[in-house]
Amino acid sequence: MNLKSETFQRIDEVVTHYPVKRSAVLPLLHLIQEDVGYISDESIEWVAQKLELQPINVYEVVTFYPMFRRKPIGRRHIKVCRTLSCALMGGYKVCDEFKKEFGVEVNEVSADGEVTIEFVECLASCGTAPVVMIDEELHEKVDTTKARELAAEIKSETLKR
Amino acid sequence: MPAPEQRRLIFKHIDEPGYTNDLACYVRNGGYEVLKKSVARKPEEIVDDVKKSGLRGRGGAGFPCGVKWSLLDRKSGKPIYLVVNADESEPGTFKDRYIIHQDPHQLIEGIVITCFANNVKQAYIYIRGEFPHGARILEKAIAEARAANFAGPNILGTDYGCEIYVHRGAGAYICGEETGLIESIEGKRPYPRIKPPYFPAVLGLYQCPTIVNNVETLCHVKHIAEMGGETYSKIGTPNNTGTRILCVSGHVQRPGYYEYEVGKITLGQLLNEVCGGPLPGRSFKAVIPGGSSAKILKFGETFTLKNKDGSSRTLAVDDIPMDFDTLAACGTMGGSGGVIVMDDSVNMVDALANINAFYAHESCGQCTPCREGSLWMKKITTRMVHGTARSEDGTLLKSVADQIAGRTICAFGEACAWPTQSFIQKFGDEFKAYPETKSAPKPADARELI
Repeated sequence: MNLKSETFQRIDEVVTHYPVKRSAVLPLLHLIQEDVGYISDESIEWVAQKLELQPINVYEVVTFYPMFRRKPIGRRHIKVCRTLSCALMGGYKVCDEFKKEFGVEVNEVSADGEVTIEFVECLASCGTAPVVMIDEELHEKVDTTKARELAAEIKSETLKR
Repeated sequence: MPAPEQRRLIFKHIDEPGYTNDLACYVRNGGYEVLKKSVARKPEEIVDDVKKSGLRGRGGAGFPCGVKWSLLDRKSGKPIYLVVNADESEPGTFKDRYIIHQDPHQLIEGIVITCFANNVKQAYIYIRGEFPHGARILEKAIAEARAANFAGPNILGTDYGCEIYVHRGAGAYICGEETGLIESIEGKRPYPRIKPPYFPAVLGLYQCPTIVNNVETLCHVKHIAEMGGETYSKIGTPNNTGTRILCVSGHVQRPGYYEYEVGKITLGQLLNEVCGGPLPGRSFKAVIPGGSSAKILKFGETFTLKNKDGSSRTLAVDDIPMDFDTLAACGTMGGSGGVIVMDDSVNMVDALANINAFYAHESCGQCTPCREGSLWMKKITTRMVHGTARSEDGTLLKSVADQIAGRTICAFGEACAWPTQSFIQKFGDEFKAYPETKSAPKPADARELI
C-alpha cells in the first residue's frame, strides 16, 4: 500500500484506541480515503490484513456507508443538502445551479476532473438552510447567487492550475 | 402571553463574542470546577442527583437518564462503556453541532462526570462523518483535558482514570440508533440489534454493559452535578425538567436555536414571537415539532386533552407547550427538538415525497417491512408528484405505511411510517386530489421539494 508515512503512523495509533482490532475499520478507511481519495480493492485487502479480518468484512462496511467511495472523485467535492429544511429554502435550485455551472450531473466527475457534485441527505445545519459542504467546509444560506460565487472560486482555482 | 426569556444553560456561551473552544477559555469561565467537586463525592451520589433531576434524554426518545443509568449491569465483572451519541442526523436537528464546535469542553466535562459516576474507564464519542472539523476539535479538546489531568489516568490526583476517544461515522443515519451505533463502533454494518437480549445497559459495546447518551444530555449532567438534582428538577415543568434546545428551520423569519425551560414556551410563542412569524405574505400551514420522523401538526387542528383532575382542555397548535408529555398527548413527539415549519406555499404531497426519499435512502435494509416499505412509500409519493400515479395509489400508500410500525427490529420502522401516516391523516384531501394539485399552478415562491 502506497500511503503517506503520516497516514501509516495515524493508522498504528488509532488501532490502539480499541480493545478489539475490528473496531478500527471505519477509522482506517477514513484515513486511507483522506490520503488517496477513494477505497480501492487493494485498500480493502490491506485493511483486512492489518486488522486480521476477511476482505468481505471490510467490503461490506465500505459498501454500506455513503461517505466511502470506490472510485476517485473530482478535485473539489460539492455536497448540496437535499433534505426537507434545505429543500424548503431552495436546496434543489442550488443543486441545479452547481450542475449548470460545471456541466455535470450528480455523482459524476466533471470532464476536466475538477468537481464532483453530490446531493446528500441532512448535513445538520437546518437553521442556516440551504447548506452546501465543499470538501470539509460548510457554506450556509447558499442561494443561487452564492452558488455561482462558490462555483466561480473553484473555476478560478482551475485556471491557475 | 409574551414568550418567556430564554434560559441558556447549555448554550450559555454559544455565539458569545470572544468565547473560544480551547481549554484556557473554558477554565476562565469556571470550567472543570464541577468535575473537581464531583470526583471528591461518592459516585452513587451523582447517579442519585441525575435520578432526582428527572432529566430525560435529548436525543429523541426522551427516556429518563437516571433510569437508563440504573439499568446498568454493574455486577457483570466486565468493563462498563460510555458511548456518546454525537451522530446528530435527524433532519431538522442542529444543536449538538454548536456544542461540539464552540464549547467542546462542556461536553467533555459532562462525559468525565458521567464516567466517574458509573465507573466507566473508557468512553467513545461517535461523531457523524460530516463533522470533520468537529471531530478534530474534540480530539484537540480531549488532548488538552488529558494534559491538564481532567481526563486520562489518575484524574485530578485520584485513583480514577478515564480515556475518551473520538470515533467518526461515515454518513449513515441509522448509526443514531443506539445499537446500530454500537455495531458501527465494533467495525460492522450498523444493523440495529434485537432487544431483548441486546439492551446496551446489559449487552452493549463488545457485549459489555454500556450507556449511550446524547451530547446535549451529557452536558445537562454537568449542570445537574453543579446545582444538585433537586434544584435542577425545579427548572422546567413536572416530569419535563430542565432546559432544552429547540432548533427551528424552514419557513419562519428567524430560524435558529433557542434554549428554553422545558414546557415553558408554547409552539405559537416560539414560532410567532421568537422566530418572527411566517415569511412575508405567507401563513403557517404545518409544523413537524421533533425532527422529521415526528408526526406533523396542522395549523387549525385542535387537541382535547385530559387534565389530572379529570376535566379536559382544548389546545390549538399554537397553544401546545414544547414539552415531552403534551406533544405526546397531541399524537406527536418532542423527539430531538428539531422544529420544521412549512407555510402555505408548500404542497404536502411534495413535502412527504422529500421525507420519504430520506427514509428510503437511510433504511439499513435489515428488516423487510422497513426496507421495502420505505422504498415503496418513496416510489408512490414520487410518482404522485410527477403525475404518473395510479388511482389506487392513495390507498396503497396508506396500506404500506400501516404495515411497518411494530414489525421491525428498531424504531426506524416507526420513524419512516409516521410521516406518511400523519400526512395522509391530516392532509388527506391533498393526497386524494394529487392529480389536480399537480397540475395546479404553484405560487411563485414555492420551492421544488423532490
